[in-house]
Amino acid sequence: MPPRLDTLKNTEQELRIFRRRALLALVVVVALTALLVGRLVYLQVVEHDKYSTRSESNRVRVEPLPPTRGLVYDRNGVLLAENRPTYNLTLVRERVDDLDRTLERLVTLLELPQDDVAAFKKRSRQRQRPFQPALLMSDLTQEQIARLAVNRHRLPGVEVEAQLLRYYPHARIMSHALGYVGRINAEELKNLDAGRYAGTHFIGKTGIERFYEQQLHGQAGLRKVETNARGRVLRELGRQDPVPGKNLTLTLDTDMQQLAFDLLDGRRGSIVAIQPDSGDILALASAPGFDSNRFVTGIDVASYQALQQDIDLPLFNRAIRGRYPTGSTIKPFVAVAGLREGVITPNKTINDPGYFQLPNDSRRYRNWLRWGHGRVDMERSLAVSNNTYYYSLAHDLGIDKLERQLGAFGMGQRVGHDIQGESSGLLPSREWKRERYNQSWYPGETLSVGIGQGYLQLTPLQLAAATATLANKGDWVKPHLASSIGDEPLPDELPDTPDDIDLPDPSGWDTVFSGMEKVLSGHEGTARRTGKGLEYRMAGKSGTAQVFSLGRDERYNAEELAERLRDHALFIAFAPVEDPQIAVAVIVENAGGGSTHAAHLARAMTDAWLLEEGHMPGEDKDSADLGSAAGRSREDD
Amino acid sequence: MPWTTLSRLLNRYPVRPPDSGMSRRKSLWQSLHLDPWLLALLLALVGAGLLVLYSASGKHTDMVVGQALRFVVAFGIMAALAQFPPATFYRWAPLAYGLGVVMLIAVELVGDIGMGAQRWLEIPGVVRFQPSEMMKLATPLMVSAYLSRTGLPPRLPHLFVAAVLIGLPVVLIAMQPDLGTSLLVTSSALIVVLLAGLSWRLIGFFLLLAGAALPLLWINLQNYQRQRVLTFLNPESDPLGSGWNIIQSTTAIGSGGLQGKGWFEGTQSQLEFLPERHTDFIVAVLGEEFGLIGMIALLALYFVIVCRGLWLAAGVQDTFGRLMAGSVILTFFIYVFVNVGMVSGILPVVGVPLPLISYGGTSSVTLLAGFGILMSVHAHRRLLPR
Repeated sequence: MPPRLDTLKNTEQELRIFRRRALLALVVVVALTALLVGRLVYLQVVEHDKYSTRSESNRVRVEPLPPTRGLVYDRNGVLLAENRPTYNLTLVRERVDDLDRTLERLVTLLELPQDDVAAFKKRSRQRQRPFQPALLMSDLTQEQIARLAVNRHRLPGVEVEAQLLRYYPHARIMSHALGYVGRINAEELKNLDAGRYAGTHFIGKTGIERFYEQQLHGQAGLRKVETNARGRVLRELGRQDPVPGKNLTLTLDTDMQQLAFDLLDGRRGSIVAIQPDSGDILALASAPGFDSNRFVTGIDVASYQALQQDIDLPLFNRAIRGRYPTGSTIKPFVAVAGLREGVITPNKTINDPGYFQLPNDSRRYRNWLRWGHGRVDMERSLAVSNNTYYYSLAHDLGIDKLERQLGAFGMGQRVGHDIQGESSGLLPSREWKRERYNQSWYPGETLSVGIGQGYLQLTPLQLAAATATLANKGDWVKPHLASSIGDEPLPDELPDTPDDIDLPDPSGWDTVFSGMEKVLSGHEGTARRTGKGLEYRMAGKSGTAQVFSLGRDERYNAEELAERLRDHALFIAFAPVEDPQIAVAVIVENAGGGSTHAAHLARAMTDAWLLEEGHMPGEDKDSADLGSAAGRSREDD
Repeated sequence: MPWTTLSRLLNRYPVRPPDSGMSRRKSLWQSLHLDPWLLALLLALVGAGLLVLYSASGKHTDMVVGQALRFVVAFGIMAALAQFPPATFYRWAPLAYGLGVVMLIAVELVGDIGMGAQRWLEIPGVVRFQPSEMMKLATPLMVSAYLSRTGLPPRLPHLFVAAVLIGLPVVLIAMQPDLGTSLLVTSSALIVVLLAGLSWRLIGFFLLLAGAALPLLWINLQNYQRQRVLTFLNPESDPLGSGWNIIQSTTAIGSGGLQGKGWFEGTQSQLEFLPERHTDFIVAVLGEEFGLIGMIALLALYFVIVCRGLWLAAGVQDTFGRLMAGSVILTFFIYVFVNVGMVSGILPVVGVPLPLISYGGTSSVTLLAGFGILMSVHAHRRLLPR
């Protein structure tokens, strides 16, 4: 509504009041301005000499004191990330007369390889806060330091500063799980709290180092120092100590991690081991690994390109980002889905003639055994990995129920609590297909999902988490890498933990378990050779995933092509069946015909954990084991 | 009595001022709804500011270019706002005000902590927004709209409502805690009340009340704010803590002397002694490098802008627009006074930027948006068509 039109008289009066008040305001403005001018005259004329002297002798500088980054230990106190003292080359742009010439000089002095010169120069131009030193090069050699010292007078604005540098003693096997720190780049600089990071050149880039950056970093302090005219520090006037970053203890076990890498033995693949009742990730291996230490100091261009273009993708974290078809390892979960939705009972048998047919469809969906397994119940379906049983079960469930129940095991979602960059895999559904391909869902595609061959793709971590949940008889514990931050243990109940999975008849779990036990110990179990000589009850499930296509832009020779088109071998396992202490998922890429290849690896992992590391239930736990499982007892009904 | 002569003169000031001196025909500026004098003065100020920033940032070209680009945007916003008739602002005032209060509450609940104070509301990847900044305009708009409806001079019940309208956002902003902004919101809205003709008796009463409330305020201040006040009274008491800024900035200004040390020659400014030297304390760089002459030139420029703004406001017929215009221009001056006052050590450090010169885009946009409203009010100053 427009302003009410007052009578003219009123308007005139208001205008008069306003003008009088505005004039008064102007008088106040003049007075206040005069006050400011007076103060300035006082400072700049009357007291000028005093302040002039003070600014001449102002040799007080504020220097940041960067905090030391928290250390990272494994569950047994093995040091995984430390800080070692090194010397860095820094440059303050505002103090350099001729940047180009200075850089040229440095390049000659330090004998930098030609490839790195461009990056070196780029770093000198990176945006910094004024007068903040830019890091040009870290970890100088003794000889380089000596040369810089000799030429110091010709290089104003260039400094060699001592700094602690991140070092990873077990870099090769921990690079993916732990991640690494690297130079703060321009993008990160924009989003940083400058005060907290004053004097710090490094920030967590990947993995744990990035996820717990806040806690590991700490808080910068300051010191005010008096310098002489040349900027040499004479004495310290006062300081505010930095708050060091918190130390982090992980759930990883270095021996298990080492074993996982030894087992993968140069092949491509991934092994993830989880302690079911605590959610502790014991091993998170992605092979091939790489040396993360080289990323800390700034990797040279040539080596980086070699890593980038390596067809084995060493920089790719398969354990949390690799999406693989699950093959038959999905079957125990489909069985639980059937029990939960009430479309099947443990004792119901189906007859397997070697194939399955949809009603009104002549197409035959084959079992891997051409002549079929005959009468198959749930237990045997798992032991012999019968396809027909699961075609039929998946068909009875339908994609919607199947998707809902597989989702309850964490498939299609990120399952880790503190896993940086985890992929959510792919759990197909009607909506997903409509969105992705603009097509409706076909019944035949449900059958494929039922035996783990369709669109369904999981990461090794998801597969391990689902196996751990299965071992827990449906009780969810979110997998996590940190066990304590500083002195604070991780809370028992992690946020966003999925709901537990209940069966209408809990004895259904035992049926699935005994079927999986027979995979290793039954006379027709698919991994019976692996199960020879087991000293405890182990449950497992083998799987083979077909490889359909390769990355388009990668070059392979014929021999390699043949090798890379071989099937992936998968195996999931947990042991001991009566009180599971470890759940494992193993994926070996292009393992070829040896589908049992992965099973051997899984057994080696469970053997190591239960027999060598002494985590058999009822035995005394290793005293060094931090036992973050304490207080996370499962409710057994 | 000079007063009577002055008011007589004032009464002769035409209610319908002649077209602003350009020509009889509708000039280009009139059709653009911009006031050429004010625009020229603001541009001169911004230009001078960029030169100082170039030195204050340590010859950081990207910073200066970034700031210049922000000004292009801010001037664009100013020109756009000038196109709307005041009735539009009148209509939208309650909505903007209400939205602002809601967002302040949201910040209180979900704002991410920046610099130890919650000020930002963030829609990730889209916009970071400081609702308190918007209230610098929305609050005086609301109070102007309300008081112009109730008829002037305001009577007690209306004053009470106005007090609530002012108090609500101010308390929310003070909780963040953001002393500088709550101060500016308060003063911009109080100016409206004063310009509306609040009786002298009431003004006296409120002053007494404020004096009585000071001890209460002191009790409720955050620790760091108390520290600031104490430090201001005696900077040398804490030379390494919060007194550092004041000591360094007065040293910078004082050592500049009459003529200054010259562009880029300020040792205080260039050698990192001066904290926040391109934001709130930028005027110390000017004082050090251009001396008293530079400072007086800057203050003169600000003074002329304030005069021109008041002149424009005084020529407006409609009450709402007039009040708002007066508030915009006088708030602008308060910025100047508080900033220069705190840097030169006669006011406590409250975190108020130097208008249109300190680095950072938020305050420039708010200020120029205010000038946009002022120009709109001026361009549509006649109530009745000729």
